[in-house]
Amino acid sequence: MTDTSIADEFIKGLWRENPVFVKVLAMCPVLAVTNSSLNGLTMGLATLFVLTMSNTLVSLLRNLIPSQVRIACFILIIATFVTVVDYVIQAVSLELHQNLGAFISLIVVNCLILSRAEAFAARNTVPRSIMDALGMGFGFLIALLAMGSIRELLGNGSLFGIRVLPESFEPWIIMILPGGGFFTLGLWLLLFNAVRLRRSALEDAVTGEVAK
Amino acid sequence: MEVIASDKASTQVLPMYRALVGLGIACAVLIVAVYLATAPVILKNEAEQRAAAILGLLPAAVSTASFAHGAEGWHSADPAAGQVIHVGYTATGELAGMAIEASGMGYQDTIFLMYGYDPAHQNIVGMTVLRSRETPGLGDRIQTYQPFVDNFKALDVSLASDGLALQNPITLVKQGEKQHPWEIDGISGATVSSQAVADILKSSAAAWLPLIHGNIDQFAEHSPRELDHD
Repeated sequence: MTDTSIADEFIKGLWRENPVFVKVLAMCPVLAVTNSSLNGLTMGLATLFVLTMSNTLVSLLRNLIPSQVRIACFILIIATFVTVVDYVIQAVSLELHQNLGAFISLIVVNCLILSRAEAFAARNTVPRSIMDALGMGFGFLIALLAMGSIRELLGNGSLFGIRVLPESFEPWIIMILPGGGFFTLGLWLLLFNAVRLRRSALEDAVTGEVAK
Repeated sequence: MEVIASDKASTQVLPMYRALVGLGIACAVLIVAVYLATAPVILKNEAEQRAAAILGLLPAAVSTASFAHGAEGWHSADPAAGQVIHVGYTATGELAGMAIEASGMGYQDTIFLMYGYDPAHQNIVGMTVLRSRETPGLGDRIQTYQPFVDNFKALDVSLASDGLALQNPITLVKQGEKQHPWEIDGISGATVSSQAVADILKSSAAAWLPLIHGNIDQFAEHSPRELDHD
């Protein structure tokens, strides 16, 4: 695990192990709150903050937390930072807080955050854990923004509330409804996997040529 | 052997307590600190949200004053205090209606809402959800599902002849079965949340409206705050 460079810990979350498009984790917020770019961005930033803080603390305290109570401690740490984020979002905008509804509180049970605490931060140094959290967090943020942008653009003709498509464009209302979340996720997964398979085939071809 | 086992158990338990209690205290301190830092801003945001909600429910109002009810009748009160009603006034100082905050248990958590009341016609003239944690996509349709929201454009809450209770208590009926002006069409798939809204309105209207109608002249004396129509 320590063979990989610290930069690689960051990059892996953006592409190779992207939490949404590769690992298909945290589907509940991914599908539910990405009906607008702003909601996607806010949820992504909130998750990034909680993930970074929880990975940092879990890694820092990993030698002090007995394994029998580690999950309870991880949840305590995660729930605390989710509460902090909840207050901060209320202070920034009550409307935004209302739009995200219960999903801010549900970050506590986001499998992405708990899995990084258990699988990575509890076994690695603080710098590596921070880079892992930033990579995974930004990977999650990019995925939510990609989902939210497409859904808002086609479902409302706007991006971040600003009208982008001409008035003559008839919005595809389905895109901002729950069904649109599944369609958009399916299309992004298709694109991601097509690119990955193509790159893999190219690498195989290059390796084959070198072997000859 | 038993002594050794007991010692071993105590040495294992102590780090667990230390980790859980220590972390718990540290987390509690952090949460309290953030709450104290953000509370003033959140209160200001809530005041702005309240003013916008009053304006939305009472579009004819240009100013508002808040009243609480005590032993001596209605008196001016802080709008952020609980158990108050917000009275709207037109540009000429006439009553434009009342906006009343109410709350009750929903499916997930307490639902906080505000409804507009027209004392001249004894109707609820609008309802807006201030805060709720109802299930996204299901229960939260109490604020987004237009046919449900339309129930509150002219919901009959006339008082009985003695002025002490509603003539016809607000009743929730199955979606599409509304026949009377005091009935609310429910939402299929959000039965608990829509029932909660009906119950909140029923109990709030039954408590407030007799007090309002018995003392409506007391709302004339006021020092209203201007509402920002921008």
